[in-house]
Amino acid sequence: MRYNERELLSLARQPAEKAAEILMRVPKKGSVLKKRLVKLVVNFLFYFRTDEAEPIGALLLEHCRITKEEENVFSISFIEEPERKYCFECDSEEQCQEWIEALKRASYEFMRRSLIFYRNEIQKMTGKVSPLK
Amino acid sequence: MKLNERSVAHYATCDSPTDHAGFLRKRVERHHHHAHHHHGTSYQRRWFVLKGNLLFYFEERESREPMGLVVLEGCTVELCEAAEEFAFAIRFDDAGARAYVLVADGQAAMEAWVKALSRASFDYMRLVVRELEKQLEEACKSLAACCKSPRRSSSSGRKRHLSNPALLPLQEKPAVVENGYSTWGSGIPGGTTCPDRDGGHTKPPPLPPRRRSAAGSAVGFPAPSLLPTMPESPVSLETDCFSKLHSWYGQEIAVLRREWQERQKRGHP
Repeated sequence: MRYNERELLSLARQPAEKAAEILMRVPKKGSVLKKRLVKLVVNFLFYFRTDEAEPIGALLLEHCRITKEEENVFSISFIEEPERKYCFECDSEEQCQEWIEALKRASYEFMRRSLIFYRNEIQKMTGKVSPLK
Repeated sequence: MKLNERSVAHYATCDSPTDHAGFLRKRVERHHHHAHHHHGTSYQRRWFVLKGNLLFYFEERESREPMGLVVLEGCTVELCEAAEEFAFAIRFDDAGARAYVLVADGQAAMEAWVKALSRASFDYMRLVVRELEKQLEEACKSLAACCKSPRRSSSSGRKRHLSNPALLPLQEKPAVVENGYSTWGSGIPGGTTCPDRDGGHTKPPPLPPRRRSAAGSAVGFPAPSLLPTMPESPVSLETDCFSKLHSWYGQEIAVLRREWQERQKRGHP
């Protein structure tokens, strides 16, 4: 599948919702935890080698599941392959929870549900219908 | 740079909401100038699907996998001075980036696409959600001002009970409180006057006096957006207070609405 990599790379340089150095493991056989700069921008999670300007990779955060694993650890997996987990080991439980919360909100689908919810609530309260978008 | 392509392709073809779809002719971009007979531009008809800030295109409408993806962040959409009628271009802020020139079937189709694509960015959606959040907050406040100042039920642990859609299993719509009904079975204490016979479309029921609500299970509403004013800032004081207000109203309202609707039904034989 082709994609506009150049624009994605440009996106990776934008100000992040959240960024931190976190130990990360990809779901590949024999893969180990490695320190990465992890950066959340819109609905993409970019990950960099800590001394490099260009990301190694990007994860589109739609239809993904963010799961708390053991202490300080959370994982990202995708609906169609739930066993394939990207694991992240944080410095603290607090950092872990912050990332989980941020990542759960970081999808367009989440915003869409929010929009529908707020619109309905406003309509119930005020009788006014606002446009969906 | 790697991308979770399999998941992205799956997202493209699954039944999650599509913001726009249709055939467009896509200009073929040539990187090398081979010795063609002529240097005219050519177009290929593809099936395009817009989901959020992602524009997918498929070789055919029935194709199982997308041919390509255009991530729509940092771009503008403009009408195009191309030789083709009904052409528009997606251009990126990055000066050296190529533009995507697309041609619609007609004026209406072109306008619909330009409109949809112009609103496709994540930031735009975030603004819209944020705006509605504010409107809801305003609506809550004015209702609260109308009734006596509310006494908040004890809610130390409650915030955590009230999950948001992000914590629920993935679903299309927020769930409605179900387990509240056992509490309200005998009717609403406190003598609420509900406008349940007024033909009912415009007026929501007035807010009842404060009561302890049932421990919430899946009230599926989102916590306030964590729109950061600076990177990595935690939830601000404002959103913390609002989320309490929001949880409190949200649960009550879901229950009241259901009761109100049931009374409406009974009033219309």
